[in-house]
Amino acid sequence: MTELFGIPIQALFGQLLLGLVNGSFYALLSLGLAVIFGLLGIVNFAHGALYMMGAYAAWILLDSFGIDYWFALVLAPLLIGIVGVIVERLFLKRLYKLDPVYGLLLTFGLALIAEGVFRDRYGVSGQSYNVPDALQGATDVGFMILPNYRAWVVVASLVVCFATWFLIEKTRLGSTLRAATENAALVQAFGVNVPVMVTLTYGAGAALAGLAGVLAAPVIQVTPLMGSNLIIVVFAVVVIGGMGSILGSIVSGLLLGLVEGLTRVFYPEASNVVVFVIMIIVLLVRPSGLFGKSA
Amino acid sequence: MKFNRLAAAVACAGAFAVGGAHAQISGDVIRIGFITDLSGVYADIDGPAGADAIRMAIADMGGAINGKKIELLVADHQNKPDIAASKAREWFDTQGLDLLIAGTNSGTNLAMAKVAAEKKKPMISIGGGSSRLTNEDCTPYTIHYAYDTVALAQVTGSQIVKNGGKSWYFLTADYAFGTSLQNDATDVIKANGGTVLGAVRHPLAASDFSSFLLQAQSSKAQILGLANAGGDTVNSIKAAKEFGINKTMKIAGLLVFINDVHALGLPTAQGLLVTDSWYWDTNDQTRAWSKRFFEKEKKEPSSLDAADYSATTFYLNAVKAAGTDDGDKVMAEMRKTKVNDFYAKNGSIRTDGLMIHDMYLYEVKPQSESKYPWDYYKLMATVPGDQAFLPESKSVCSLVKKS
Repeated sequence: MTELFGIPIQALFGQLLLGLVNGSFYALLSLGLAVIFGLLGIVNFAHGALYMMGAYAAWILLDSFGIDYWFALVLAPLLIGIVGVIVERLFLKRLYKLDPVYGLLLTFGLALIAEGVFRDRYGVSGQSYNVPDALQGATDVGFMILPNYRAWVVVASLVVCFATWFLIEKTRLGSTLRAATENAALVQAFGVNVPVMVTLTYGAGAALAGLAGVLAAPVIQVTPLMGSNLIIVVFAVVVIGGMGSILGSIVSGLLLGLVEGLTRVFYPEASNVVVFVIMIIVLLVRPSGLFGKSA
Repeated sequence: MKFNRLAAAVACAGAFAVGGAHAQISGDVIRIGFITDLSGVYADIDGPAGADAIRMAIADMGGAINGKKIELLVADHQNKPDIAASKAREWFDTQGLDLLIAGTNSGTNLAMAKVAAEKKKPMISIGGGSSRLTNEDCTPYTIHYAYDTVALAQVTGSQIVKNGGKSWYFLTADYAFGTSLQNDATDVIKANGGTVLGAVRHPLAASDFSSFLLQAQSSKAQILGLANAGGDTVNSIKAAKEFGINKTMKIAGLLVFINDVHALGLPTAQGLLVTDSWYWDTNDQTRAWSKRFFEKEKKEPSSLDAADYSATTFYLNAVKAAGTDDGDKVMAEMRKTKVNDFYAKNGSIRTDGLMIHDMYLYEVKPQSESKYPWDYYKLMATVPGDQAFLPESKSVCSLVKKS
């Protein structure tokens, strides 16, 4: 068998593919963060909690209402988006004039409260969400057995990531949005309702986190702590990609998934740290991130 | 002649102790403190339900012994040893605490054991798994009641090798607990004629286990040993099902509680091998108690919930027999009494503080064999206490006299 660095090529491909699967979760989550930071300037620490709530929404929809995965895929992000809208209207809109650290503290506090409420209500062992029937089973892709569901996760998140990027960078709506973040007063003068737009943007960012939660529900145990386990890594991904850069968050999300996958083969103990090591190197060499505009 | 005088002196001393006993409940109340994880990662395996199990034990004792009221204090240590130790100290100093029951988390247990020993009051450790409690860090006042990591490794390793699971691969959490569990199990497997083909260490709370599992699978070992705990174990098992690993390898969880199996569901957990000290559906006695527990908690008890109840009752009976809540006297009483209830048969407390009782290996049933809610385990082997736990001759506890 052909080998590379003492690892069979086949096994290496397998690990790279798994890295891509994880990378697509990172991409989807860091995308939402980048949208919210890039357009609103808020460091949204509640993102992990919104992701967790998305997964719980899917589980509750199935468990209490018998609504299956495919409807949950639409409904749960919608619900989390509404939660996002409420949070923005009630709290965040009061903070735009203040230092960004206030937004960070507020969202961090909200995340802790949300986790506490879910922990109290549902316990810490978590709930199990089964893979939907249509995506059960696995496909032999030659070098490994790939569960169909994981393949679906990659496809779904790539489509959503591309669509979001396209919407913001290539459409008229997107350019208005970007203009509003540059100079809100001027855009308002053209008759655009900027506050509503900002609210909806936060809602959309929250909905992306909710969608990632639904996609993750069948893969990992749905627990109140699933978000806080992931959020720090996702922040590192955003920093590496360049704070607020949409494309940067997508590309670095996927790349870091691959790097993490390789680390799991060569030095598994370091797989949780490797992202942060890269973050430090990037910050030293290119402080504005791989895709960030230098200030 | 000399011997007779000595015997008479002992008898006199004994009579005196009994005579003065009735006035010896400190503060006229028997106060029990329970410090555990009430809200964090271990809250489901004893936590608030464990506290209720202790309350059941107190109520069953009539709420009082010889007219002296029994009280329970409960606190959340948030998995922080410093909080656990300072809460214990506060209760010993200001509340006149008579017994400390230590819930989950070995780190907090080790910290509290030092405080209890300093105050010369008994501490019964229920949820902590570290064997240090009765080895390097043993005290005359610590009782390790439910299980320890050595017993888990011993029962899982020896029984599975005996049943033909000769070659192993470990998925190990990369911290002290995981590596010591793996090392203990490796020794047992080798001693029983099995082999360990390799191990992969994953970081604590890893985000994804599939890569580690594929590495395990390519080892072609028969048994995948999970030397991790809680969420890591649950997510390993979930990924193993997804990638079909459970079709080529048998999975043995070294520290799995029934709550984990419940959370996973039988379709995912089926076939998993689990070592535990107790299972609710073992006999009429366990079922009868579990029924009462279920009415309160709406879930079946874990082995730790049962041990919480059993240990409390055991302690209160010792107070009753000794006629005092004095730490030394109750400890002496407990050491000479057997634990005989629905939790353990003929359990006895060794010099190093370890409560020796039978341990069990279970296999998780497939959905088709599960007849009612929480009907999860099939008994594979019963391992007598003297074979399950570390032999006293090997204990490094300073209380054990080496000949």
